[in-house]
Amino acid sequence: MDEQAFTARVTGDDRVEPRDEMPDGYRRTLVRQIAQHAHSEIIGMQPEGNWITRAPSLRRKAILVAKVQDEAGHGLYLYSAAETLGADRDELLDLLHTGRQKYSTIFNYPATSWADVAAIGWLVDGAAIVNQVPLTRCSYGPYARAMVRICKEESFHQRQGFEAMAVLAAGSPAQRRMAQEALDRWWWPALMMFGPSDVDSPNSAQSMAWGIKRFSNDELRQRFVDATVPQAEFLGLVVPDPDLRRDEETGHYRTGQIDWSEFATVMRGDGPCNRERLARRVAAHDDGGWVREAAAAYAAKHAAARAVAA
Amino acid sequence: MTTTTEVDLDVATYCLRLGDDALVLAQRLCEWAARSPQLEEDVALLNLALDLLGQARSLLTLAGVREGRGRDEDALAFLRDEPDVVNLQLVELENGDFGRTMARQLLVAAYAVPLWQALCASTDADLAAIAGKAVKEVAYHLDHARSWVVRLGDGTEESHRRVQAGFDEVWPYGFELFEVDPLLERLIARGVAADPAALQQVWRATVEEVLAEATLVVPETGWRPTGGRSGAHTEAFGYLLAELQHLHRSHPGVSW
Repeated sequence: MDEQAFTARVTGDDRVEPRDEMPDGYRRTLVRQIAQHAHSEIIGMQPEGNWITRAPSLRRKAILVAKVQDEAGHGLYLYSAAETLGADRDELLDLLHTGRQKYSTIFNYPATSWADVAAIGWLVDGAAIVNQVPLTRCSYGPYARAMVRICKEESFHQRQGFEAMAVLAAGSPAQRRMAQEALDRWWWPALMMFGPSDVDSPNSAQSMAWGIKRFSNDELRQRFVDATVPQAEFLGLVVPDPDLRRDEETGHYRTGQIDWSEFATVMRGDGPCNRERLARRVAAHDDGGWVREAAAAYAAKHAAARAVAA
Repeated sequence: MTTTTEVDLDVATYCLRLGDDALVLAQRLCEWAARSPQLEEDVALLNLALDLLGQARSLLTLAGVREGRGRDEDALAFLRDEPDVVNLQLVELENGDFGRTMARQLLVAAYAVPLWQALCASTDADLAAIAGKAVKEVAYHLDHARSWVVRLGDGTEESHRRVQAGFDEVWPYGFELFEVDPLLERLIARGVAADPAALQQVWRATVEEVLAEATLVVPETGWRPTGGRSGAHTEAFGYLLAELQHLHRSHPGVSW
């Protein structure tokens, strides 16, 4: 495999397809990234899924059910995209269940009020879109195409989240308080979703060269901040950052220092919900083992019967 | 100005019954979110829940209109107390394991298919319109339940045992699907409601066929729990209703 030729090819915006030759490192990097993205989708069902049965109106309940269903669907496309690279869904799930692969740190924070559901849609889906839109031009075809569909749905979720937040922000004093507290809880973790600053992000340069990544973590974070701060102002909510300033020269918002030690703590497994999220995922998988075995046994039995008949 | 007639009130109650069935079963299915045996099932179960929720919203809205007391879907879903909620006990039973959930799904879907087919021809045009949409949805619900019941029944020893136990547990609650009371008799006479006697034949044929294919037996029981339509519920229902209603009730009169 001529790695230089490959790099030149992906730099020229040529898409790599499943049967094409590709460097092992490229394949490994993509499998890891796509798998972790898939894991984030399915773990991400939990904080919001917890609110489905308590949603305060039937309309909000239906919107939330559809959203959580979309997340399961995103998990499915992404595991399928990883399978086009030779990975196996069961093995990837095993890596998740045994803590050898990660998912986004954001889902290790608790969603303790209804406003958190709105804030997750607005901020977490908002940050995800900023992260993922460039992936629609990723050099690996199946991933790029999955991201086109996922981004459309995420953008719908983000608008719904913002709209739900707007209703709370314009609501009763208790609803307003709920909205502000949710912003207080989710703002900094949402900024951390873009990952460490580029100087501390070891894999970024190679991913850029391979056309997997198009923009640096800091560029994407800035884009999110610039889009979101005016939205918070529109809602009459206060971004919980006393150092937040608009740089008049560049027009960009400058945030205060992100507490990367908190990010490291959550990444290490010591966030508020790491243990709970993983335990619930493992329990669902284990409790469903007999169902998957039954489906496999039935399929085998009937394949054998058809073979005999034929 | 329109006046509310006795027929309107009967239709309102009938819609409440069907709407409560759909809402309560949707609520139970939602409990499976991020807990199902495989990702495809998370998608499928939430899809069923979403269909049922849509049916519930249309039915409760229509109930509110016919009742003529200004109650919308949310007032009906969140502000009625337990004795005023009139779903079948079958749909409020706890999920149990996946086998029991699928056993219940089969009993409900095998009833919903002929129910909505019949209601497509209801003399009440609004109800017939709701039926026109629901009938397509529940056809999938029946396929889904059937395919799981067959795979579990004819899968492994463990799955066979579990799904049979599921049927044994939920079966007695199926009799309530076909009860008739004076209100239903009046609506059947007017061509508004579906006649349970006709539904029961179709239901029984479907369920027996699926159970046979699944190598499962039809449970035998003389026990016929009842009362859902008059607001009598199982103990499990109070918890379901508390979870469903608490947030809405904690903030009276606000928008969401």
